[in-house]
Amino acid sequence: MASLVGSRVERKEDKRFLTGKGRYTADINLANQTYAIFVRSPHARASIKKINIDKALKSSGVVSILTGKEIADDKIGGLIAGWAIRSEDGTEMKCPGNPPLAKDNVNFVGDPIAVVIAESLAEAKEAAEKVEVDYKVLKAVTSTADAMNGDTIHEGIDKNLCFDWLLGDRQKVKEAFDKADKVISIDIINNRLIPNAMEPRACVADYNAASEEITLYTTSQNPHLSRLIMSAFGNVAPEHKLRVVAPDVGGGFGSKINVYNEDIVCSWAAKKINRAIKWVAERSESFLTDIHGRDHVTHAELAVTKDGKFLGFKNETIANLGAYARVFGTVTPTYLFGPCATGVYEIPAAYTNVKAVYTNTAPVDAYRGAGRPEATYTIERLVEKASMELGIDKTELRIKNFPTAFPFKQTLVHTVDSGDYVAGMEKAKQMADYKGFEARRKESEAKGKLRGIGVTSYFEACGIAPSAAVMSLGCGVGLWESAEVRFNPTGQVTVYTGSHSHGQSHQTTFAQIAADELGVPIENIDIVHGDTDKGTFGMGTYGSRSLAVGGIAIVNACKKIVEKGKRVTAKMLEANPEDVEFKDGEFIVSKSNKKKTIGEVAFACYLPGVRDEMKSPLPEGDEPGLKETSFYDPSNFSFPAGTHIAEVEIDPETGHVKLEKYTACDDFGRIINPMVVEGQVHGGLAQGIGQALYENAEYDETGQLMTGSYMDYTMPRADNFPEFNIGYTCTHATTNPLGVKGCGEAGAIAAPPTVMNAVIDALGGQEVTMPATAEKVWKACKNLKKSNAKAA
Amino acid sequence: MKDFNYHSAKDSKEASKLASSSSAFLAGGMTTIPSMKLGLATYKDLIDIKNIKKLSGIKVSGKSVTIGAATKHVEVSNSKDVKKAIPSLSSLAEGIGDPQVRNRGTIGGSIANNDPSADYPSACIALNATIHTNERKIEATKFFKGMFETALKKGELIEAIEFQIPEKSSYQKHPNPASRYAIVGVYVAKHKGDVNVAVTGAKSCVYNDKEMSKALSGNFSSSSIDGMDLDSSEMNSDMHASAEFRASLVVTQAKKAVDAC
Repeated sequence: MASLVGSRVERKEDKRFLTGKGRYTADINLANQTYAIFVRSPHARASIKKINIDKALKSSGVVSILTGKEIADDKIGGLIAGWAIRSEDGTEMKCPGNPPLAKDNVNFVGDPIAVVIAESLAEAKEAAEKVEVDYKVLKAVTSTADAMNGDTIHEGIDKNLCFDWLLGDRQKVKEAFDKADKVISIDIINNRLIPNAMEPRACVADYNAASEEITLYTTSQNPHLSRLIMSAFGNVAPEHKLRVVAPDVGGGFGSKINVYNEDIVCSWAAKKINRAIKWVAERSESFLTDIHGRDHVTHAELAVTKDGKFLGFKNETIANLGAYARVFGTVTPTYLFGPCATGVYEIPAAYTNVKAVYTNTAPVDAYRGAGRPEATYTIERLVEKASMELGIDKTELRIKNFPTAFPFKQTLVHTVDSGDYVAGMEKAKQMADYKGFEARRKESEAKGKLRGIGVTSYFEACGIAPSAAVMSLGCGVGLWESAEVRFNPTGQVTVYTGSHSHGQSHQTTFAQIAADELGVPIENIDIVHGDTDKGTFGMGTYGSRSLAVGGIAIVNACKKIVEKGKRVTAKMLEANPEDVEFKDGEFIVSKSNKKKTIGEVAFACYLPGVRDEMKSPLPEGDEPGLKETSFYDPSNFSFPAGTHIAEVEIDPETGHVKLEKYTACDDFGRIINPMVVEGQVHGGLAQGIGQALYENAEYDETGQLMTGSYMDYTMPRADNFPEFNIGYTCTHATTNPLGVKGCGEAGAIAAPPTVMNAVIDALGGQEVTMPATAEKVWKACKNLKKSNAKAA
Repeated sequence: MKDFNYHSAKDSKEASKLASSSSAFLAGGMTTIPSMKLGLATYKDLIDIKNIKKLSGIKVSGKSVTIGAATKHVEVSNSKDVKKAIPSLSSLAEGIGDPQVRNRGTIGGSIANNDPSADYPSACIALNATIHTNERKIEATKFFKGMFETALKKGELIEAIEFQIPEKSSYQKHPNPASRYAIVGVYVAKHKGDVNVAVTGAKSCVYNDKEMSKALSGNFSSSSIDGMDLDSSEMNSDMHASAEFRASLVVTQAKKAVDAC
């Protein structure tokens, strides 16, 4: 039987997605359901003096209106930060309360204050407009760079500072810088982004008064984790009385990791009114209230010798958390950022210092790449600048500082098990025709255009993550994953996974893995996920962990099935279990022609006492049935890496940047399905290029979101991209049995510095902030013209 | 969206009769419907004019192209007659919005709305258009009055737009990267005798740039406007483009348009 792992198996999920048969949360309608509309703060910062719901209550169709007072009276808990980060001085981070409905203060535009529940959506909307809120408007703090100088947003949190964190050794870095021939320094802004999943958030909450059970259908990347948080911290219901279902989910990119206010409020309110409640975000609500991503202000320095060896690295960053610290809000700018900020290089001394600040903006949390795009942008912009200042070819300078042996003990935290960075670089250069660039630059110049080339070599730490490691760093949960593999008596297989697919194609790739492990045809394997009532507890999908953690749990559960199968076969065929081999779905007694198929074994496990044989095929100590579970806790992160090369052409008259070529050469370890990986790379690149050239979330000084719709927030479209040139080098991970590493975030991590390095190269080294919009580039072109004229 | 009465008019007369101070004509609805959904506009009555046969269609004579008000952008962009008579008008239509918008949005709706960054108003100015309404004929230069403001009176309905066929013409736009509306769009048309340089997106309302028109009427070459330093004091300035950048783009796009003629 040919192996399915490694082949372009067509996606099992496409039949329903492409024929409109997907079942998303908004498609779910329950009998007698009501509709919720949230009354939200129009102010970025205000105290609530009074809420008057009298008029709204009289509005037609209103079932109930609930405010922060009721939710506080019922002792429903607020939203939480999932990682406790300690400051350099040893103090614990400072987090404000974040009630599901604001009672006393609102802290960003969109902060929910009340929920209006009515018989129809139109009636709920109409009534919501009649809720009168009397605010005392306060001065908002919106700037990341100046947040520490602004008014105190949360009582008791001085300078709006959540923590002032250090990773690394300042003294060693100082010594390294003292020895340097040259110090390259850079000031950068990592622009704020809005994830914009295709499906807006939604939830449908139901209450069964007889079983006292709440069921919440919601757009979540991790239903079990949501249930845990809502139960343990939200006090919504005990876990066994709360079922969370995340059905088809149309994209998350991290924005659907969090439990949101609406999940808690609708679940609580459904029980209160004893009816189902449906809420579906409008796109403008998504812009305002989904978590945002990135938003760093960084000063970084690289100490180098004159021949280009890196000696030391400093990184001083202010990270915006927004109004509140959420689930991955505090880890994203620390442990997901700092360790990767030294990049793929051997740098003897380094530190990263992060001041995380609160502002009156939407909460900032993990968004595709989470911390690693910010880290990669910092080091790769710095290295590119070093290459310009030292006059050393950008690829040579990188290679000079690559590690030469693996495992590679990276400066700050990680030990990278495998990789071959030089091979990746060489292949990328070949794919991109790096050598031919100067000729292409001349061709562009002849047309009056400016051409630039940019390189990024990255690694990232994903496949999160070993529980002991992350819990020692402050994580509130272990990051293992579970799988359960069940055979039916007639031989089909159901695989329950704790991972969640919201576009990742698990139904196909996980089935490929199970098919290979069990020797069962892929069409006889179903993947089930997304329902806390089905399968074992799982930690969900983020941090490119589904395959490297969830996939391995499936492999391990399959291996347990095979082990039991060997015992059963031995009993049935009167052989020693040690003599039974398993291959391509058959258990074979070695050196004999005796064998049983896995289907026959499964059948025997469920019918252990067939009349003719009058004896059980089950060995002593084995129970009937064929079902195995695995909880897999990885021994290390996984470390995808690669080199990307971009080429841009700029029209100096209009500042228009055309991305001419984009080459990505990645090492994801073993690839399960190349077609799915290409999709992941394309999507990541689109978001990374989007950050570099198009996307930007902008608040004005009063805290109003200026880019609150697609009229002003530039979502890139297909015509913004060239045909992507994609290739791989595959060094297998040594820390898991599949040798896999993870591919979901790489594009978003590598693309921003790759594109910006190309833009800045075209502009003769002039710094431009992301996104490199036409006007910024036009201004830089004018400066370039002036300085060229002077030089002439 | 608030409740409203929907009427489908069978002819201009009925449409006009149904109009009141709290009504709107509905053609493609590409601006009207989103505005209503966002609560920015409310109407008691929406009078649908899409089904009025007389308002759709394209006629080409020796001197002009006349397009019915309810003609969709896609019909203009696909019309062989328009492509032959005024190719720049066809390509302008092809560059409006996205396929969904082009399959519903109409030329009359665009002109009646007079969005400061819409494409069609520049075509009207550049191509010396005459706006035919159910009451009168209005010259384009007198039709566009200001931001979202036209010479139309309440109940007055655009029936057709008549464009003069130029010797040469081209429309070039620098789109807003998000909305793809024009940050600056410049329509250059060379007629017998004079040249029009109609600019959209740059100011609160479409206009004919006299300085460039004059220069190009004298010498129809992009070199005659190269480096022209336009006054940016009345130009729009927003997060997508400053007034200074717009002023520069007007010249750049005009040069491109002349070169493309």
